[in-house]
Amino acid sequence: MSQVSTMPKPRRNVELALLLLALVVGIGANMLVGVDQEKAFDSDFWFQSSLLAIAALAFHAVLRFRAKYADPVILPIAVALNGLGLAMIHRLDPPGGDTGNNQLRWTLLAMAVSIAVVFFLKDHRILRRFTFISLAASALLLIMPLVPGIGAGEILGAQVWIKVGSMTFQPGEVAKITLAIFFAGYLSSNRDLILLAGRKIGPMQFPRFKDMGPMITAWLVSIGVLVFQRDLGSSLLFFGLFIVMIYVATSRISWVVIGVALIIGGGFVAAQVFSHVQQRIYGWLNAFSPDVYENGSRQVIEGLFGMANGGLVGTGLAQGRPDLVPFANSDMIIASLGEELGLIGLFAIVLLYLMFFTRGFRAALGTRDSFGKLLACGLSFAVALQCFVVIGGVTRLIPLTGLTTPFLAAGGSSLLANWIIVGLLLMISHAARGPVDTTPLPPAGTAAATGIDTPTEAVKQA
Amino acid sequence: MSDLTITALRFGFLLLLWVLIFSIVSAMRRDLMLGRKAAAGAPTARQIRRNPELAEAPPQPVKQQARQLVVVEGPLKGRTVPLAASPILLGRAQEATLVLEDDYASGRHARLFPQGSRWFIEDLGSTNGTYLGDQQLTRALPVEPGVPVRIGKTVIELRP
Repeated sequence: MSQVSTMPKPRRNVELALLLLALVVGIGANMLVGVDQEKAFDSDFWFQSSLLAIAALAFHAVLRFRAKYADPVILPIAVALNGLGLAMIHRLDPPGGDTGNNQLRWTLLAMAVSIAVVFFLKDHRILRRFTFISLAASALLLIMPLVPGIGAGEILGAQVWIKVGSMTFQPGEVAKITLAIFFAGYLSSNRDLILLAGRKIGPMQFPRFKDMGPMITAWLVSIGVLVFQRDLGSSLLFFGLFIVMIYVATSRISWVVIGVALIIGGGFVAAQVFSHVQQRIYGWLNAFSPDVYENGSRQVIEGLFGMANGGLVGTGLAQGRPDLVPFANSDMIIASLGEELGLIGLFAIVLLYLMFFTRGFRAALGTRDSFGKLLACGLSFAVALQCFVVIGGVTRLIPLTGLTTPFLAAGGSSLLANWIIVGLLLMISHAARGPVDTTPLPPAGTAAATGIDTPTEAVKQA
Repeated sequence: MSDLTITALRFGFLLLLWVLIFSIVSAMRRDLMLGRKAAAGAPTARQIRRNPELAEAPPQPVKQQARQLVVVEGPLKGRTVPLAASPILLGRAQEATLVLEDDYASGRHARLFPQGSRWFIEDLGSTNGTYLGDQQLTRALPVEPGVPVRIGKTVIELRP
């Protein structure tokens, strides 16, 4: 209610100030990593830092003239998280390792793609035209890793990668964006149909069986991902995304009830039938028993020991031993950061994520079209759920799954997808915070009959 | 480098992280304050005591100008749209200023436009018609603040 009576303000200068601070955090972390190896200020450091700074400032400049009402907080948060991730990956590189530089290259590419999204997508509502194309694209992206020739085969127990030349790419990361676009487009046009029909059982109104079609399809897709790609995390992510978007669209609690029932049912059956799911759950429950530690839970337990070693204030960047944990720079980067920055630093990171989603939801509240609302909600929720699944897995709240930590973890596909989400959220928030867009109307046939349709003049406010 | 410097840098970095967070929070807080001040409108008693010139501006008995459009009934109940100098398109079409999610509204249903100091409503050839009070529109008519305008199941009003 109140936001509509506010004068729209671009607030780009606030963004610039926050962005500079975020760059200081990212570059400062990178400096601290090298500080006791006496290579803090070598040419590599300056080269990498200036590339990051130039990319971030270029993004800011594009926002200034392309989306000047966009949310001033989203970009600095993304840059800060990405900078912290870069520093940590750089720190964990063994001598001669190239993961850090590779991550920097992907960061620059991802930011360039995100800038292109902001530059070329003048209005997020255009995406609505691609509703069913997005569905086809998602299906294609999800099937690609299974196709022999393109698929990279089974890596670390999951079949989610494809091979392009010498690079591997995880198409499932991009599929979460295309799926969100499809769900937003589909639900914004079919919302009424799903809402109107249905019978009431007790206090809840259940949808008709016919309208359950897409729901069941989504459930089958996530089960399919689980069975064929052996990827528990993505399966959870896609299904959660769908439940939340349909709940937001219809505000019916019955969808959540049905969805949770399906997850529990599916999970129970999966745990009975598939040995790898069973192993995961057993390893999670009995992580500390020695035989499980040897083959399965070592990663999580080492991560927990690392974080315990870090304690409240951490060992300091480059002072701990996060490199003892397998996959310290991708799956377990939260544990690595927790060890070296301590609980205080880890909470700062979690808060950065929290502010990122709240700004996404804020954009959803503010924007005036239902497609934009659903899309912003879905994208922010996907990032939120991903954070929950990863951080929950690392801290042994839930079984560890193979999802990536947004912006932090080493891996190009995840960075690319999350920066595209940043671009989309910025565009939606630009529409939400900007002045009401009154499209000029073509002269209507009825106008002539009224005789008063002279060109409108500005109302003088008394 | 000495241990002391490294320790200082280590804690300095944690401090810096939280400085970033608090700056972001304060930027968001200013966003909220902005809205609240604008919504509150009238100065508080305390502000008047401080600056007496705020107290003048007697309530205007004469015709009040409509400043916002409020949806009082229908699926979008509670939504407000500020009225500026430009016309407003009402309807189900995505390009409408106020997108009515109402099955009984047409794509481009009606149009609200300012003329002089008043706002007029005009039906754009909708299927189910537009009602001002309980009279169906046949031509553009002026809308006074507080008079309900019905479009399908949606009822809107202009408010000062």
